[in-house]
Amino acid sequence: MQYMLLAYVDQNSFAKMTPEDQKQGLAAYQSFMEALHKAGAYQASGRLQPTSTATTVRVSNGKTQVLNGPYTETKEQLGGYFLIEAPDLDAALSWAARCPASHHGTVEVRPIWVM
Amino acid sequence: MSSVEGGEHARSTADAVARRSYGRLVAFLAARTRDVASVEDALAEAFASALQDWPKNGCPANPEGWLLTAARRKLIDFARRRRTGEAAGGELQLIAEELEAAAAAAVASTTHESQIPDQRLALMFACAHPAIEAGVRAPLILQVLLGLDAAMIASAFLTSPAAMGQRLVRAKEKIRKAGIPFRIPEREELPGRLGAVLDAIYAAFSEGWTDSGGTDVARRDLAEEALFLGQLVTQMLPDEPEALGLLALMLYVEARRPARRGARGEYVPLAEQDVSLWNMGMIEAAEGLLLRASPLDSIGRYQIEAALQSAHVARRRKGDANWCSIVQLYDALLALSGSPVVAINRALAIAEVEGAPAALAILQSLAGDERLTQYQPYWAARAELLARTHAHDEARHAYDVAIGLERDPAVRDFLLQRQSALAR
Repeated sequence: MQYMLLAYVDQNSFAKMTPEDQKQGLAAYQSFMEALHKAGAYQASGRLQPTSTATTVRVSNGKTQVLNGPYTETKEQLGGYFLIEAPDLDAALSWAARCPASHHGTVEVRPIWVM
Repeated sequence: MSSVEGGEHARSTADAVARRSYGRLVAFLAARTRDVASVEDALAEAFASALQDWPKNGCPANPEGWLLTAARRKLIDFARRRRTGEAAGGELQLIAEELEAAAAAAVASTTHESQIPDQRLALMFACAHPAIEAGVRAPLILQVLLGLDAAMIASAFLTSPAAMGQRLVRAKEKIRKAGIPFRIPEREELPGRLGAVLDAIYAAFSEGWTDSGGTDVARRDLAEEALFLGQLVTQMLPDEPEALGLLALMLYVEARRPARRGARGEYVPLAEQDVSLWNMGMIEAAEGLLLRASPLDSIGRYQIEAALQSAHVARRRKGDANWCSIVQLYDALLALSGSPVVAINRALAIAEVEGAPAALAILQSLAGDERLTQYQPYWAARAELLARTHAHDEARHAYDVAIGLERDPAVRDFLLQRQSALAR
């Protein structure tokens, strides 16, 4: 099955870190991706720019509404994702627990809808 | 055999198979597809077919195998219907072949149901998975393993059948769509995961116990079903001390059922129960389970609660009240659970060692917990202790609150009697 790991993190805390800590933080993500690759579980991933760069779009009654900012303002924001292949939820959950985001934030695990 | 007798025989055979093997059949079929709802539907149709076929053609020598084959065909039909026009033929083929091979192996090698590989425990672990909402785990296990319907489960858990039905449907959907596995967890994660299974079984048992008068058949059955599930877990995991502890605890409680109510249905507290009405076979079985658990060297909530039951039973049977060790057990339980309910029972035990004022002081320290203001045993305990210190007005008030919170009329009557016995 395919699962999406959605990393919710406090984006401000990264900005406040020392360059040394930032480097270490990124290295942890590198190692995590490396492990995903090695296990053949890696499908895709991406890191998102901070929510200050977000724009939301909604079309209702034929009118397009474009708003500055993220969908919701919360302390922890969607900061990135990993699309993985795993045999079952338990396997996906153990990848989520290894993901650095689950240590400094929260990882939501969602199965991909099979058409 | 006349057709009427044939029909009767078919029905009673089907009933017997349902009681004996329903959970086993669900577990076996669902472990492959993870689609519990479809498996339940397929089995219901298979049982319906059996009631039509067996009176005409005679009961099969291996009814479980017959039902397995029929349910497997229905499952393949369902999948085919759902997937018409879709390019999912490959997956369908896979399901068909897998079920075919498994069923063939099971039918060929068996003359009775014990040959169907038993995956009920794996199914219980799926139902009590941390990804399933905690409150629906016990209802889910009762429905999926025992085939109880949503309306009966709803009345036991005091919710509406529609709401319960919806929660069960959602939980089954989650198992299928999120890919919750059917397996017994690895050694290192077993204790935590087993805890959720045991908690669900105990929740079913406790709901079954709420109506100890036995007027509500649905609830009484629930306690029996929980005992059955507890036995199943200890058979499949014979060296898990907490599983042994839970079964012991349930047996101690169940053993006293006949003594909990008097001839006119009135509530009888432990201290006044007729010991000769207790089921000694169950009590001895419980003692045996605790003895088996203790050398396994891993103490937990259920073993301690069972040990407390054992101490209370010994107190009534042999008259040797060892209140100090009872308090120690409550200390351990409180440290484990931090539950205010445990703290109340501990205070009552302390009253026996240090007197009512000491116990009242403990209750006073708990009074800040909002959960307790609506908890009948807190007020009943308070009333009892106040009565012992001759603070009759305060005791009368505490009884009032306790009576107002109680939903069981027999317990309400008992509390009313205690209240009116207070000297004016």
